Amino acid sequence: MSQTPSRSWRAILSTATDKIEKPIELLIKACGLSSIVLVAAIFFFVFWYAAPLLPKIDWFGHDGFFTSTNWHAKEREGATYGVLAMIVGNFAVAAVAMIIAIPLGLAAAVYISEFAGPRAKEWFKVSIEILAAIPSIVWGFIAITMIGPLLIKYAGATMGANLLNGGIVLGLMSVPLIVSLAEDSLRAVPDSFREAAMALGANRWEIVYRVLFPAARSGLMAACMLGVGRAIGETMAVLLATGNKNQIPTSFTDPITTLTATIASEMGDAEAGSPHSQSLFTIGLLLLVITCAINLTANLFIRGNKRKSAA
Amino acid sequence: MPDSNPFSPSPYELNKESRATLAEWTTFSISVALLIPVALILTMIAIKAAPAISWPYLTGDVSRSGAAGGIWGPLMGTFYLTMLCLVIVAPIGVLAGIYINEYAPDNKFTRSIMVAVTSLAGVPSIVHALFGLGAFVATMGMPKGLLTAAMTLSVMTLPVIITSTREALSGVPKNFREACWNLGASRWQTIRTIVLPNSFGGILTGVILVIARAAGETAPIMFMGAVMWLRIAPSGPERLMPYGLNDEFMALSNHLNLISKDIPGMPEEMKFGSALVLLTLILFINGIASLVRLHLRRRKRW
Repeated sequence: MSQTPSRSWRAILSTATDKIEKPIELLIKACGLSSIVLVAAIFFFVFWYAAPLLPKIDWFGHDGFFTSTNWHAKEREGATYGVLAMIVGNFAVAAVAMIIAIPLGLAAAVYISEFAGPRAKEWFKVSIEILAAIPSIVWGFIAITMIGPLLIKYAGATMGANLLNGGIVLGLMSVPLIVSLAEDSLRAVPDSFREAAMALGANRWEIVYRVLFPAARSGLMAACMLGVGRAIGETMAVLLATGNKNQIPTSFTDPITTLTATIASEMGDAEAGSPHSQSLFTIGLLLLVITCAINLTANLFIRGNKRKSAA
Repeated sequence: MPDSNPFSPSPYELNKESRATLAEWTTFSISVALLIPVALILTMIAIKAAPAISWPYLTGDVSRSGAAGGIWGPLMGTFYLTMLCLVIVAPIGVLAGIYINEYAPDNKFTRSIMVAVTSLAGVPSIVHALFGLGAFVATMGMPKGLLTAAMTLSVMTLPVIITSTREALSGVPKNFREACWNLGASRWQTIRTIVLPNSFGGILTGVILVIARAAGETAPIMFMGAVMWLRIAPSGPERLMPYGLNDEFMALSNHLNLISKDIPGMPEEMKFGSALVLLTLILFINGIASLVRLHLRRRKRW
């Protein structure tokens, strides 16, 4: 009796939102498709603004896209589009980064997931999160103002911005990703595996390298691959840290350039719709293909892992 | 005197145990070694920035290309940019997360949506910049400015929000939903009254993390109207809202990018100052996200 007369605004609002349930569900479905639409749109638009140049590019010739280091895209006549040095630079800097990040990241993941007590675990996780939160431009800034001078002093580099500097910074940037993914996949190994190993007399370390590593192998591989993907796609830190010089490196202290850094440093000057801008979109397309291939492969690893542990 | 205790560890067992201890200490020292340089770097930035940080530095106009300090304009730019990005991406991302976790059937198509989410997360930030230039500026004819930059950032941060929303929703136990359905509630009523209130904190954490991510990004905005210097009204409401939706703008991340390049006569502490402000801002926002998460874990009722 007492409830009927005054209905709160809350009740009115909820009957209203229940009445428009169908449109809301439609909206939710539309938003659910957003990621597919956007991925398709990214591929389409990057391809579309590279397309006019694609038939004109010499891909594998003397000044070829994949086979030469002659990048003279700004030239109005006789422009050449060789990105070999950038591809080499990109993979070289990612390789240096992974040499640093994979052992450190996996070791930290093993410690956090298997050895650390609850309190230490919490502390390390928060610290790793802080590491992950540092934006890439700040990493670039750290590279030129702090790591660069150290490299000049102790590694005999002539310029602070070089391959090694880029690799160190990218390595530190990739560590949090590798740690969190690797820790996830170690934790995903069922406890019964650990218990069975313990019952057979294995100690903590034997459990890690005889049981957990094989059981979580594909997840750990995926973690490393996603780290590589991240390192290849990174832009601002690399732009500042690697010296931006279009050459194939012969030593760790050579300045280099990458696909990402080239786009970032030249797009500002490129006139919209010019061959120069189209050539940068072509580089973007190449980057998109490389990073998507890496991510999809990593995904397959993770899927394979899930299927195995479900069986 | 031979050890006759049959329970004393054999040399093999001792060896095994010492290897385990060695492994534990190695991984521990590597984990610590990872954090030491970072702690050193952060302290160095704070020390070198200290002479620059002052109230006039934070609230003053950018003068002499940043050499004489002043970061009010970039601060405001970053604030409006991230808020705008949030307004665009939060509803879409949360609804997409709801779709994937609550509505989508378990089939090939749903899996391809998940693959699209991870692919989108893996797209390099500079390619997002190209996409923004191509789609929003060249094709749709929108001017480079605050809105197009925020839209580009939204595309980039969408997977973050989808993933965290999905995780938050999947943390709500299945039997909560079943109980609600059994009372005759429809799918949407269940989501609105049971699922969303119980996962609100998790969703909020994702939203906060998006703010931090958007505030730090440089590559997607550097060709979308982020500029070195703009005149900002010295007082009045325009000082607090200096940019229109289609105006060019300054942003803290881009400011740091521009002044860390070799500008003659650029004092060190000005560079370190803006790096410190950007870092503090982002770590502060991340800290809020961590606190929300911590609070939730304490309050968890199931």
